[in-house]
Amino acid sequence: MVAVEHNRKGTVAIEVRELRHRFGHQQVLNGVDLDCLRGRVTTIVGPSGCGKTVLLKHLNLLLRPDSGKIVIDGVDVTRLNNRGLDEVRKEFGMLFQAGALFDSMSVFDNVAFPLVENTRLERAEIAAKVREMLANVGLEGMEDKYPSELSGGMQKRAALARALIRNPKILMLDEPTTGLDPTRTGSIHALVRHTQQRFGLTVVMVSHDVPAVFEISDRVAFMHEGKMRLTGTAAEVTAANDEVFNRFLAGRAAGDERDAAAL
Amino acid sequence: MVERLGALVIDNVTALGNFVLFLGTAVWLIVKPPYKPRLTIRQIRTIGAESVVLVALIGAFTGMVLGLQGYNTLRRFGSEGALGTVVALILVRELGPVLAALMVTARAGSAMAAELGSMQATEQIDALAVMAINPIQYLVSPRVIAGVISFPLLTGMFDVIGIWGGYLIGVGLMGAPGGSYLNGIAQNLSGHDIVSGLYKALVFGLVVMWVCCYKGYHAQRMATGVSRATTEAVVLSSVMILAWDYFLTSILL
Repeated sequence: MVAVEHNRKGTVAIEVRELRHRFGHQQVLNGVDLDCLRGRVTTIVGPSGCGKTVLLKHLNLLLRPDSGKIVIDGVDVTRLNNRGLDEVRKEFGMLFQAGALFDSMSVFDNVAFPLVENTRLERAEIAAKVREMLANVGLEGMEDKYPSELSGGMQKRAALARALIRNPKILMLDEPTTGLDPTRTGSIHALVRHTQQRFGLTVVMVSHDVPAVFEISDRVAFMHEGKMRLTGTAAEVTAANDEVFNRFLAGRAAGDERDAAAL
Repeated sequence: MVERLGALVIDNVTALGNFVLFLGTAVWLIVKPPYKPRLTIRQIRTIGAESVVLVALIGAFTGMVLGLQGYNTLRRFGSEGALGTVVALILVRELGPVLAALMVTARAGSAMAAELGSMQATEQIDALAVMAINPIQYLVSPRVIAGVISFPLLTGMFDVIGIWGGYLIGVGLMGAPGGSYLNGIAQNLSGHDIVSGLYKALVFGLVVMWVCCYKGYHAQRMATGVSRATTEAVVLSSVMILAWDYFLTSILL
């Protein structure tokens, strides 16, 4: 994998090499290699506990690896100090699993928060940007609501607006459709795709929503036991006819049927 | 056996190190810009202003019971005239700082641990970090300043109300001489007594904020995590208040 590295330079936005992380006796990341291409959607899928959320926490710099490197836009972020990390983070937008909206603040204040805290923009300017962004995600007129007054899907939309408000280059999404019904899942997927194309974002997404998420993914990385087992386009990954991947897909389907039966 | 003992020691030393480092970071980030006066003022309101009624109530009852007990005890020796001095010294040097700190821990400290704990559980703290905002500077430092400012002020109020509560019962109800109650305080309560009490309150403010923020901040991300963090915050704060009280008393006497 290292051999082809120089060929892709300029198109690889995030490059992960031999990433390892251990919690206690558990080797959660066991030599992860991954390339996330600029302006494309890369989706990481895999069974629960395979380490995909831990990997995402390395990509957004919340965790530091035991060994290995992460290069974002040509900078090896595993070597940066806190100030350097904050500089890199300014290029990021992150949508957390449960939205992670601040529940003490209104939707408006949540979305405005990154601008209020980290820029010197005027109030009126901030308000205009926030309204525009809320309109983008389909939340016009919700400015004064509090997160607890919103449905799950609306919370995700508000959190997405907050993640996008500073025009990031890279958008990271941690299971953006957890807890949503299939209709809302579809509309969040459509929103992610639309946003990605409109702003030309590099998107890295962790999802359990197979195979629905394949439709909006340019590249799929299948993670298993702390490593990337398969990477490629959705078609390539599906066509690889890998035993573990097939079992994962079948297991997801069986799980969905069980969930349906339980309802 | 030896291995497990070693692991236990290492775990505990690491935990203690993290605990101390947490306060160190919070204090360092108080001095380092950007400053957050708005957040600090909001915390002073939550920790200080909103505790006023409770602390006043506890202060009044504490003073009243001291008036009652003190009068009955001193009467056996025929020294009812010393009631004011006794009540004031006990309140100012000991009960004021300790009881005010315990009440604020119960009211604001527990709420703080629960709030930070649920922010941790719902990834709001991670969200701050990803937005390039230092969560300790944003969440912990303002609370530490607010605690250090609020605790001495609440303690001062507790003392004054307690002294009047003692007067109300000891003089008003039981009939101790009112003139010598106030005169005794004026003559025997030294500046050193007052300062040492307020100094204790300041340390308690720091300790309570430290413990409650630490416990909330490091709550486990599961259903019982927040409740456990809250319980531990209150218990550990209370123990630390009384332990530090002993040490501070032995230094300040």
